[in-house]
Amino acid sequence: MSQITNTSRRNFLKTGAVLGSGLLISFTVPGAKKLGGAGSAMLGPQSGAAFAPNAYLHITADNQILVYLAHSEMGQGIWTTLSMLIAEELDVDVKKMVVQHGDAWKPYHHTSFGMQITGGSSTTWSEFDRYRKAGATARTLLVAAAAKKFGVSPSECKTADGVVTAGTNSATYGELASEAAALPAPGDVPLRDAKDWKYIGKSVKRLDTPAKINGTAKFGMDVQFPGMLTAAVLHAPVFGAKVKSVDAAKAKAIPGVKQVVQIPTGVAVLADNYWAAKKGCTALKVDWDLGSGVQVDSSSMTAQYKELAKKPGATAAKAGDVDSAMAKAVKTIEAEYTFPYLAHAPMEPLNVTIELNNGKCEIWCGTQMPGIDQEAAAKVLGLKPEQVRVNTVFLGGGFGRRGTPASDFVREAAEIIKASGKPLVKMVWAREDDVRGGFYRPAFLHNVKVGLNADGMPIAWKHTIVGQSIMDGTFFASMIKDGIDNASVEGVSDSPYLYAIPDRLVSLHSPKNEVPVLWWRSVGHTHTAMAMEATIDELAHAAGKDPLVYRQQLLKDHPRHLAALNLVAEKANWGKPLPEGRFRGIAVHESFLSFVAQVVEISLNTDGTIKVHKVINAIDCGLAVNPDGVKAQIESGINYGVSAALLGEITLEKGRVQQGNFNDYVVSRMFDTPAEIEVHIVDSSNKMGGVGEPGVPPVAPAIANAYFAATGKRLRDLPFNKAILKA
Amino acid sequence: MAQSTKNQIINTKKAIYLLLGITAISSVVVSFRTDAYNRVPEETTMARFTAAEAAEPDSIVSKKAFLQAYKVLMHPRCMNCHPVGDRPLQGDDSHIHTMNVQRGKDGKGLYAMKCSNCHQPQNTPGLHMPPGNPDWHLPPADMKMVFQGKSPRELAQTMLNKNENGHKDHEALIEHVAKDSLVGSGWNPAEGLAHLPMSRAEFVKHFKTWLDKGAYLPDK
Amino acid sequence: MVKLKINQKEYSVDASPDMPLLWALRDVLGLTGTKFGCGMAQCGACTVHLDREAVRSCVTLVSRAVGKEVTTIEGLSADPTNYLQKAWLEVDVPQCGYCQSGQIMSAAVLLRENPNPTDEDIDTAMSGNICRCGTYPRIRKAIHLAAQMQREGGKVQ
Repeated sequence: MSQITNTSRRNFLKTGAVLGSGLLISFTVPGAKKLGGAGSAMLGPQSGAAFAPNAYLHITADNQILVYLAHSEMGQGIWTTLSMLIAEELDVDVKKMVVQHGDAWKPYHHTSFGMQITGGSSTTWSEFDRYRKAGATARTLLVAAAAKKFGVSPSECKTADGVVTAGTNSATYGELASEAAALPAPGDVPLRDAKDWKYIGKSVKRLDTPAKINGTAKFGMDVQFPGMLTAAVLHAPVFGAKVKSVDAAKAKAIPGVKQVVQIPTGVAVLADNYWAAKKGCTALKVDWDLGSGVQVDSSSMTAQYKELAKKPGATAAKAGDVDSAMAKAVKTIEAEYTFPYLAHAPMEPLNVTIELNNGKCEIWCGTQMPGIDQEAAAKVLGLKPEQVRVNTVFLGGGFGRRGTPASDFVREAAEIIKASGKPLVKMVWAREDDVRGGFYRPAFLHNVKVGLNADGMPIAWKHTIVGQSIMDGTFFASMIKDGIDNASVEGVSDSPYLYAIPDRLVSLHSPKNEVPVLWWRSVGHTHTAMAMEATIDELAHAAGKDPLVYRQQLLKDHPRHLAALNLVAEKANWGKPLPEGRFRGIAVHESFLSFVAQVVEISLNTDGTIKVHKVINAIDCGLAVNPDGVKAQIESGINYGVSAALLGEITLEKGRVQQGNFNDYVVSRMFDTPAEIEVHIVDSSNKMGGVGEPGVPPVAPAIANAYFAATGKRLRDLPFNKAILKA
Repeated sequence: MAQSTKNQIINTKKAIYLLLGITAISSVVVSFRTDAYNRVPEETTMARFTAAEAAEPDSIVSKKAFLQAYKVLMHPRCMNCHPVGDRPLQGDDSHIHTMNVQRGKDGKGLYAMKCSNCHQPQNTPGLHMPPGNPDWHLPPADMKMVFQGKSPRELAQTMLNKNENGHKDHEALIEHVAKDSLVGSGWNPAEGLAHLPMSRAEFVKHFKTWLDKGAYLPDK
Repeated sequence: MVKLKINQKEYSVDASPDMPLLWALRDVLGLTGTKFGCGMAQCGACTVHLDREAVRSCVTLVSRAVGKEVTTIEGLSADPTNYLQKAWLEVDVPQCGYCQSGQIMSAAVLLRENPNPTDEDIDTAMSGNICRCGTYPRIRKAIHLAAQMQREGGKVQ
């Protein structure tokens, strides 16, 4: 069994000692990691291993293979995938590898994005070479050390399962570790041919499953140290509101409450445990200066967006003269789509444990951007980033929420420890803090007008998008070019359908308001796929063509879209009759370098709402490094997509978020989730793409298209079940 | 509700006892008509009541009383646990309980979704928190006592039909509405939920009047 | 001090009687396998067994647990007759993993009361446990597999 370790410099308190028979895993903590000398936390792994050829892999004298992840494990399975990449080149048993998150440290910067980040469904493709090279380099050095030891040439040495052999000689990697460490680093090492792969392309079980089914896996929420105080925060009722005055007398009288501090985002209550802290928050009396945030109102926002959409915005894509082409169209189709704000609502509420001592800070939390958080905490505390150490622990879900350019939750924890003067605090958010805390998928509106020729094919496409920019106001703002935040238009401006249309215009309005927004699993594609694929379906019906055939015609020059589309159509028996009361819809969409087609099968509940029974999915993601991992991610994306399409909605009234917990921010559960999900992977040697997000975008349009098949009515406002009940 | 837990438990046990229909009430003397279906001529009971009451025929008094009691019975605080089908209702809008909660044979939920897994012996403080009672449950599957969707007349019929009401005679019915702890929970709503339109005493008075005056079925 | 019996062990817990069992387990006793997800019995992440029933520990007060048997995921893992975790491993259910303790605790009651559950039974038993990673299809599959293992005395692999 693999070991699960964490990188904390001391043990978590009272780790579960009860272990299931047959499921034994050991939760070990490597030798105490001490902070470095005054003012400089020594970052990077300090495993004490005899052989540390790079930041990603260490080997100890007793044959422990330690893997350090440049990305965060938030459910997507990279704990396993990245280990597989090293194991492939190193010739070790992947199940015996000891995996841990890397520090916030430059060697862990994303190979393409220039910062330490887990996002954009990019971990596997971006690390495919680096982690294999880490393994290959180590193996080259171990072989060289063995050759020297055995007195043979390296070409006479073979490696398998952590042992180098040459004739009758053999030595374990551990035995060779110190000799290997003394050798100069090799130049560029060759990587193995695909035909020789032992792990890559084959399904490997997740290395973190054992710890995640017996309660021993440590999430940020589980970080505990002696003497630690727990902080709960009373947040402003309206975005941007400021504390005017606090009456903390009643809160302070609650047994266990130790301190009440004011911070820029509200008032924090520090206590011996979360329950006391939470009770303290409830007992606070705070007078707020509400500010301009009170003006935000979902219904008036929709009206405002509708008005904006009547005028052209910044140009995101343009060719020809769309208006004159439209005038020549035999038929025009116009559709307006609306999308609400959405909270990510990961199962683990946001939390940060922070220690501040003699100018050194240490942080434990589940984060998608440890380096950004490190800088943010340093700024709040008046430290240099290298004085702040970030220990990433398992993320109880991320979906984008734990990768915030604003570092909102880490910054808040830093403000709390600064204001309190205490050495060690764990900040824990309630679910309501998460649901009402902003950083939502922005609300969007799409207005689409398409002109068709006599054959029913599109000849003019005019598309106006309205919604807040995610990049605006963050350090990503420099990526906004000519008023276009690509995260608002991706999936429309670069749509393969549009390339074939000579006269087209995509324009964007990016209104601002007080509600913080953020990427939400599949970012812009959460809405653009719906606008495109639902519209295409309307065009197919207007043209009197089968929706599959129509797409095949339009995408004839896009082989990867076609490959996914054709495979899904075959697996779903497209065109064959369905049982009574069942209806199909289809959609295809490219996102994060992968191409996904889905056929959903729905029926209608007695109240007219939608029940999704089955989703058949085909994906071309290039090489599937861990095929069962790919399947798991697509299943996950589909369920996330179904939840948002049918149920998800955050609304505001007078600046107040109307939802607070899972009672009113409704998410899908076992009974309303598709009972059957099939994931088929296109056998593809194309460029590798992502899998964490691409399963989400086609879900909503495929459902809407199935609903049209069932009722002859188009769904254009999300979430669908609410729209159906309102109609 | 200010009953002691002990009393609640005793009443609860009694309620189940009755609900299951293993009735042990033996020496109850029922001095009024027990079955409105039989349509005993009005004059046979008229003489029993005072002149003041007689100013209005019993049939009218009885029906009026039921219409008062109906306001309580059909209020979300009561009706939510007397749904059509096997899923309880929730909230002031009586939406179907989230989480696909099912009645189960004994009315106490199923598997990992038993009522008392979330509903505590007392209301959990806070908005949208589970209301509580030591014996939170729905009527059992073989005696569903459906209120939802029923007109006053239909509900009165249900109330009186021993095959639907847990084999209760009038006295047992009165005992149930007057003393049962879970019924009493209706007057102890969780935070933020609508209160019943009258006190329990008033409700019991109307309910009793309905029965005492002949248990007439409302016209509609 | 409140006396509690958790995973067959007696504890004296320094907790106020109005503290939910969840926080006594996690913050006072350090049994962090039981998770906090919503605090209002909506998500099921905090599910533990109280006298064998799958209660939501975030709304179950410590006082209610006095004199009763509490079993957490840590205790369930020690039970050799429990096939759920074996099935969970076989199907590779978890993703982020945060909800899985609660999922397994709920599934344990289902399998105890219904050794051969249908999909509909699974819908009924498991709809109080939210998984935002959407591992529902795998949870369903693993419950069927565990049921089969349980029926066949663990011979199924």
